[in-house]
Amino acid sequence: MHATLNHYLVVSVLLFSLGLFGVLARRNLLVIYMGLELMLNAANLALVAFSRYNANLNGQVMVFFTITVAAAEVSVGLALIVALYRKRQTAHVEDLTSLKL
Amino acid sequence: MPDLTDLLFYGFSGLALFFGFLCVANPLSRSPVTSAMFLVLTIVSLAGLFTLLHAFFLAAIQVLVYAGAVMVLFLFVIMLLDLKEEERRRFRRFTVGAGVIAVGVIAGLLLQTVLKAVPYSPNTTVLAVGATRPLGVILFTQYLLPFELLSLLLLVAVVGVILLTKKELK
Repeated sequence: MHATLNHYLVVSVLLFSLGLFGVLARRNLLVIYMGLELMLNAANLALVAFSRYNANLNGQVMVFFTITVAAAEVSVGLALIVALYRKRQTAHVEDLTSLKL
Repeated sequence: MPDLTDLLFYGFSGLALFFGFLCVANPLSRSPVTSAMFLVLTIVSLAGLFTLLHAFFLAAIQVLVYAGAVMVLFLFVIMLLDLKEEERRRFRRFTVGAGVIAVGVIAGLLLQTVLKAVPYSPNTTVLAVGATRPLGVILFTQYLLPFELLSLLLLVAVVGVILLTKKELK
């Protein structure tokens, strides 16, 4: 069977579900963050596939922006995790139950 | 008879899904380092899929920025935090069950939408080719303002990260 737009979209959906499962089931902040990255990448794949099959480069520019924003987002998020670890000595969501540090 | 592109598509997507699964739910290891390494492999497989979609520039960016810079940052933070304890904690049956149900519902909805969609037959003679040159042209003409704003965003992120990771917050 030839790989069409729908094939790429199905792969994207499955990858997104894996990322979502990681966010819901894992308890480590860093692994939850990796699940988020997986979801972002799945969305990127869908965008690139749409861009390719619609003969329109705007989708790829969007992915370019997404990757850059994701890099900034990862650096800020990891900095927050490091700051949190300094205060509480844990990166486990079940140990982080209070709003006040 | 499937041709080489299709075989590569099935190969890369299978690898991406397999490594993605090992990243979030590795049955053998709880260690965040293992997850990070499998995430790198997932990202590289996705770069292969981008190449199959003729998005050459994005495939290069994916490997350089994601598999290179972002994942190195992840590994640095994992090493910095010294998360020995994580490996001893088990999955809790309730969370996994709830996760499977929630993910199953959302994945089912999305898959149903994708599969029920009218089979889209694109004009296969004009497909987008994301080589560096056409992408650069569109980036520096139509998307010039967002591009410049992006540099501002990166600057803000740099300043914010330095402020957040200082030893004592004033």
